[in-house]
Amino acid sequence: MTTILLDPTATRARPARQRVSGHRSLEGLTVGLLDIRKRQGDVVLDHLERLLGERGIRTGRYAKPTFTKPAPSSVIDQVTAECDAVVEGLAD
Amino acid sequence: MSSEIPEDGLVLVVRKDCPTCQLIAPVATDLEARGALAAVYSQDNPGFPEGLRVRDDCHLEVSFRLAITIVPTLIRFEDGVETARAIGWSRQEWCNVATLDDLGPGLPDERPGCGSLSEEPGWAEELLARHGETGLSAETLTVEFPDDPFEIMDVRGWSDGLPVVPPTPARVLAMLRECTLAPDHVLGSIPPAGAELTVEKAAINAVMAGCLPAYFPVVLAALDAALDPDFAWQGLLSTTMGAGVAVIVNGPVCRRVGLNSGFNVLGHGTRANATIARALVLIAMNVGGARPGGVDRSTLGHPGKHGLCFAEDESDPAWQTLAVSRGIGEERSAVTVFGFCGTSIMNDETARTAEDLVASHARSLEAMCQMRSSRRGGGVLLVIAGEFWRIFRDSGWDRTQIEAALHDATAGPAGETPMFGPGDLLVTRAGSHAGLFSTIIQGWGSGPTGSQPITREVEP
Repeated sequence: MTTILLDPTATRARPARQRVSGHRSLEGLTVGLLDIRKRQGDVVLDHLERLLGERGIRTGRYAKPTFTKPAPSSVIDQVTAECDAVVEGLAD
Repeated sequence: MSSEIPEDGLVLVVRKDCPTCQLIAPVATDLEARGALAAVYSQDNPGFPEGLRVRDDCHLEVSFRLAITIVPTLIRFEDGVETARAIGWSRQEWCNVATLDDLGPGLPDERPGCGSLSEEPGWAEELLARHGETGLSAETLTVEFPDDPFEIMDVRGWSDGLPVVPPTPARVLAMLRECTLAPDHVLGSIPPAGAELTVEKAAINAVMAGCLPAYFPVVLAALDAALDPDFAWQGLLSTTMGAGVAVIVNGPVCRRVGLNSGFNVLGHGTRANATIARALVLIAMNVGGARPGGVDRSTLGHPGKHGLCFAEDESDPAWQTLAVSRGIGEERSAVTVFGFCGTSIMNDETARTAEDLVASHARSLEAMCQMRSSRRGGGVLLVIAGEFWRIFRDSGWDRTQIEAALHDATAGPAGETPMFGPGDLLVTRAGSHAGLFSTIIQGWGSGPTGSQPITREVEP
């Protein structure tokens, strides 16, 4: 007996994107600190901002309107335009 | 055209259990005697009509290829082209098709035929899948005995842990017949992966969830609602808090598909309730990639993550339905999706007035609020069962009064953030009419920064 099944999974996934290469050093670069609006995420990012500042590394602060939804393209575009690297606080 | 079908002469398709086919059996014998009959096909018994060389079409391939809708059907072919067709029995039409006079003397002038077996539900889709242009584009997986399709699907990770119905082409085609959209129509991008969902993939997953074809319009409406950005489906699918999707259905479609609004309404026992929201779960997993431990980061989850769907109890005209309260017209069918993190039963056997019930419900809602780390309650869907509703109704209360009173009773001291913001508290009716209970369905996160309930009309 033969049963033919139709594949339920996505076959039209987003095309894979190439990763950018990492930085060997943060010297001279700008690091974006992206707050996703999770509770206490700012505590970690404040600490990180201070540590990076002590090393003379430029930082910029950014935030999503809410952690429940993907970042608006305006936020992504701003981070991309102004930063060389980004740290995103993901959890509580 | 299949080479086995004669290219010239008369072709007759019959089935023995059709009274009209029995009636015209002598005419078939007459046509054979006159040398006019090129072939007779039987859909159910090649021994009928007796005395003729009848070809077996019990697998209905010829009936499908000839697009037979009614038996008997008499067709004239000339050089491989159909030039005339008579459906059922009509002496005049048969004489025209056969280009003969005096067929069936003694028979009534006309007699309607019976439906072709090739048109029956199940057969129609199976024949289309085997012999026709299906319009399906999903990749196929062929499972040969002794491999078990159920085990194969589980091994491939297509299941939510419970067995799923094998999505054969015939079953998927039957599902697709219930909507007017083309199989390749894109319904949207399914989070978290953002992969495109076509109508065909939705139908495949609905089959696997156990949906009957009649449920598909409800599934499509629920998908449309869940894909509204204000529902924040991506957040619901990936949160550590473990959120599921509840689908509340209103309107005539509930009666049409047998959705339960009564006994054990939030539990097991009714196919439509058990499978409609499950289809969304499978779509999120199979198309959106929301797999537990993968992008689905639920710390604990809850049983409702298998999918919760129920009909609102619309039996009391005094009750304004949830759909109508959200802008849907009377007697229209609609779904409302609500992101939730679990359910709690609430019982009060001492309440006698609406005010009593508001006080006890407020205490329960406050307790639920204490379980969260913020004063804001995260939204609630309150399901009031029969006897509680009777107390509210006998006190002269309606939906608006219940919602307003619960809002005020849980608002807390002036200056504090109230537990419920605008639209954060939904009230619905379901469950059996005996029992002093309601169920608090706990929302995930509410308001513009959370998940907002979304209502969509079900396309008829």
